[in-house]
Amino acid sequence: MRKSTLLILAIGLLSILFLLSVMDASLGRQDASSRIRLMQTQVREYELTDLSLFTEARYTRHLSQADGFTPFQDHPMAFEHFPSGSLVTPPALLGAPR
Amino acid sequence: MRFFFRRQAYLIDFTLSSLARRPGKNLGLLLVYTLIVFLLASVMLFTQSLRSEASLVLAQSPEIIVQRIVAGRHALIPASYLQKMGRIRGVIGRHGRLWGYFYDPAVRANYTLMVPRERELAADEIVIGAGIARTRGLSTGDFITFRASDGSAHAFRVVDQLAAESELVSSDLILLSEASFRSFFGIPEGLYTDLVLNVRNPRELRKVAEKLTLRLPDTRPILRDEILRTYDSIFSWRQGIVFVLLVGAILAFIIFAWDKASGLSAEERKEIGVLKAIGWETTDVIRMKFWEGSIISLSAFLLGYLAAYAHVFYSSAVLFEPVLKGWAILYPEFQPLPHIDGLQLATLFFFTVFPYTVATIIPIWRAAITDPDTVMR
Repeated sequence: MRKSTLLILAIGLLSILFLLSVMDASLGRQDASSRIRLMQTQVREYELTDLSLFTEARYTRHLSQADGFTPFQDHPMAFEHFPSGSLVTPPALLGAPR
Repeated sequence: MRFFFRRQAYLIDFTLSSLARRPGKNLGLLLVYTLIVFLLASVMLFTQSLRSEASLVLAQSPEIIVQRIVAGRHALIPASYLQKMGRIRGVIGRHGRLWGYFYDPAVRANYTLMVPRERELAADEIVIGAGIARTRGLSTGDFITFRASDGSAHAFRVVDQLAAESELVSSDLILLSEASFRSFFGIPEGLYTDLVLNVRNPRELRKVAEKLTLRLPDTRPILRDEILRTYDSIFSWRQGIVFVLLVGAILAFIIFAWDKASGLSAEERKEIGVLKAIGWETTDVIRMKFWEGSIISLSAFLLGYLAAYAHVFYSSAVLFEPVLKGWAILYPEFQPLPHIDGLQLATLFFFTVFPYTVATIIPIWRAAITDPDTVMR
């Protein structure tokens, strides 16, 4: 078999896998719908406000509820020492004019 | 048309043979290129997934939360504020919310303790999140003792466990009764952590918040929209580690492009000279190099993207776990919600495939328009 034919087959295979990934994402969202509904129910019933993604500090656990001074709780000008602080920007509320 | 395809097939054959003459260099290039695409695509897919999940789930969070701010810090709010705010048009319900944090020295983890309004619990009963159950090895019926704010030991019985599928919102959650919460933290009656306001019409939220800040100047209303926007900025490109990744990837591309654009190796120049000497036209040489750039960049894009997809959605983004976990002990085990943004994918494709292909063609064009004799010397 010619090298060009092999290459076209390989790129074709990768492209099919690419299309399958798009289909898989769509099916995966359908599969996850019951999990999403369960979380929505919990958020509504327990009045939750944040994802429990960063549990290391109170202002990263409840990002949307943090006040403007919590990141500097240790002393003024304290460096951010929680790694999750480098993954998120300050809450939307704190950036808004008051 | 058939002639055109046959011609391209021959050019591709030749290009592949040319690439195979320098296998180490070209395979190394493909590997590094694939890794860069993998890294960028993983961040892109994971971020999109988290954002989409956060916006779906947190759309059910309270419409308005009222916090009391004392000396710049969040303070407990008196129940009298519920009356003090007076009647506000559009508000259909108002009540206090009790929640707080507890540091468990046994496993060095932070828990979120909360009083549910929709669930009746006896004084010694708690419901725990799946993350706590896993970390402390607890199951329904077990007892756990925590030290309260006054130093006394409080024993609680686990009566239920929140479903593991909901770990993303409840991993570190402990639900307990109002009486237990107040005695555990020493919070007297008549004080709440914050207040919740239910508003029927979402378009009235801003107006209600404005009235609240006028009537209760020492408070801060947090709207649902602000909660949702907070998670929009997660993994923002301007932020720490993502910025570092992006700069690293851009620098790597500049090195690729520089390597290609700053000049060809003597061997490549000689190859072009020979091709021109035996009758290849400039356009043929450029086409060949176009195929070379396209084959490498397209393969790297597809391989990198597919590896990133498997990493994020089939291994729960295992490489990001240490970064997300930080110093925390409790980390939710969750399967990211698959989400592919066509525009972001097209942007990634454009910025990874296009610059490399162009960078390959330009120096070749310069070499190909010069005299074969000069090129070979």
